[in-house]
Amino acid sequence: MEVIVLQLFNGLSVSSILLLIALGLAITFGLMKVINMAHGELIMIGAYSTYLTQNIFNDYLPKSMFDWYFVLAIPVSFLIAFLFGLILEMSLIRFLYGRPLDSLLATWGVGLVLQQLARSIFGAPNVAVTSPSWLDGGVTFLGSVLPYKRLFIIGLVALTLLAMYFYIYRSLEGRRMRAVMQNRDMASCLGVSTRRVDAMTFAIGSGIAGIAGCALTLLGPIGPSLGTYYIVDAFMVVVLGGVGKLVGTVLGALGIGVFNTMFEYWTNASLGKVLVFICIVAFLQWRPMGFIAMRSRSLDS
Amino acid sequence: MLAVQQLEAGYGESVILRNVTLRVEPGQVVCLLGRNGVGKTTLMKSIMGLLKARKGTVAYNGRELTKAAPGRRAKSGIGYVPQGREIFGQLTVYENILVGLEASRDNKLQSIPEEAIAKFPVLPTMYTRRGGDLSGGQQQQLAFARALASKPDLLLLDEPCEGIQPSIVDDIRDVIRSIKADGKTSILLVEQSLDFVKSVGDYFYVLEKGAIAWEGGLEALSDEVIKKYLTV
Repeated sequence: MEVIVLQLFNGLSVSSILLLIALGLAITFGLMKVINMAHGELIMIGAYSTYLTQNIFNDYLPKSMFDWYFVLAIPVSFLIAFLFGLILEMSLIRFLYGRPLDSLLATWGVGLVLQQLARSIFGAPNVAVTSPSWLDGGVTFLGSVLPYKRLFIIGLVALTLLAMYFYIYRSLEGRRMRAVMQNRDMASCLGVSTRRVDAMTFAIGSGIAGIAGCALTLLGPIGPSLGTYYIVDAFMVVVLGGVGKLVGTVLGALGIGVFNTMFEYWTNASLGKVLVFICIVAFLQWRPMGFIAMRSRSLDS
Repeated sequence: MLAVQQLEAGYGESVILRNVTLRVEPGQVVCLLGRNGVGKTTLMKSIMGLLKARKGTVAYNGRELTKAAPGRRAKSGIGYVPQGREIFGQLTVYENILVGLEASRDNKLQSIPEEAIAKFPVLPTMYTRRGGDLSGGQQQQLAFARALASKPDLLLLDEPCEGIQPSIVDDIRDVIRSIKADGKTSILLVEQSLDFVKSVGDYFYVLEKGAIAWEGGLEALSDEVIKKYLTV
């Protein structure tokens, strides 16, 4: 019983981390169709933003306040990654819409530049972020200990997902965004400022990558090449889920997370990963559009 | 109100429109006729700004719009119902019309104006359905409502009856007539059916090989003109 509960929780926890790193990409790649190889570096920027926030609290504020740095670090990471995304969109991405191969190469280059930038500023070795003490320990559930940090990440993902849902499907800005992504010319003919929408959408996707980076600091030390570990997983989740649908991304993350944990438990870490990849390849042979394929009478996409 | 002067436009190397001059006066229904491939849709796209003009000018209410983006033209009061309707397939019917409000010049306008949907009673009954799931005729009505939501002074209609059953064609004719009767909105209409344009049009332009070959009022649109420029 303990084993089952623990494995289920582990699966859920891995899924939540996968989902968090993939959510930003679900916007920049899923909605905007930009193959954004710099997504991992935007995650890295979020992680270093958290590191900086921690240092500022350490140096300038009383010890008793230190534990609360993390609450502030989440919006700070979002904002800094948002700004980087905005600059990236306005200076580079906007010239590359509709050119997937060019954008792949260019954003990969940007990723390398950002990694080197981090190396120059913070040094090549990994740095540690001290987790706030209120996230230490865990809750005992049916004989297994569920760490607070993992639970916190699951909660953070749920909250981010909810906010994204309301923004995309219930707000005025979100409606503009969906209209532009579906039919750019028509949206502009109706008076939507497509340039503004493009810049905002890319920046928001980047900001969510920043939140993911912030959460990753809870799991271990961070370094300039942090993003490269996660970029493949992020693309995998979005493609498996079905490009362009938020629900698909959630299902993709759950699928990969749960199966990965199961396979790793039955075999070992590297073989488990291989088995997951084999499953994904097989699944995409069967359903090339992913879990959720958009179907409509007008097959415009 | 709309004045196109010596417009030249095209795609890539090929020039589609050469030296087109055309005017639409307030309250008028102006029809643009011509055989397939003479540049009618291209002209509509250049008026809307989807296609950059190589030479010539597009002015609207005295304001030069030749270099303006489509969004600015929409916000100065031009509504557009494109060929093929171009509904946002994944947005609901309601959301499609709300996007039409973007170009509204009345900033306080937050909900869909009554007059935009009054002529299409079927639309409110399917607000929650996705635009892409509607039939062609329903999509055409939706495209009309979406364009009317911003209360434009000028409506560009590109083949509104293409591929639509006769009863809805009649509905669309009635809509155009009632817009004309209100007198607040001018219309520039591209349409293949001569009967249709004769029943609603005030003034006619005939395009041939990318240039205006003939223009005149309803009484001047004689059988000889039709035979010369329009019969295949």
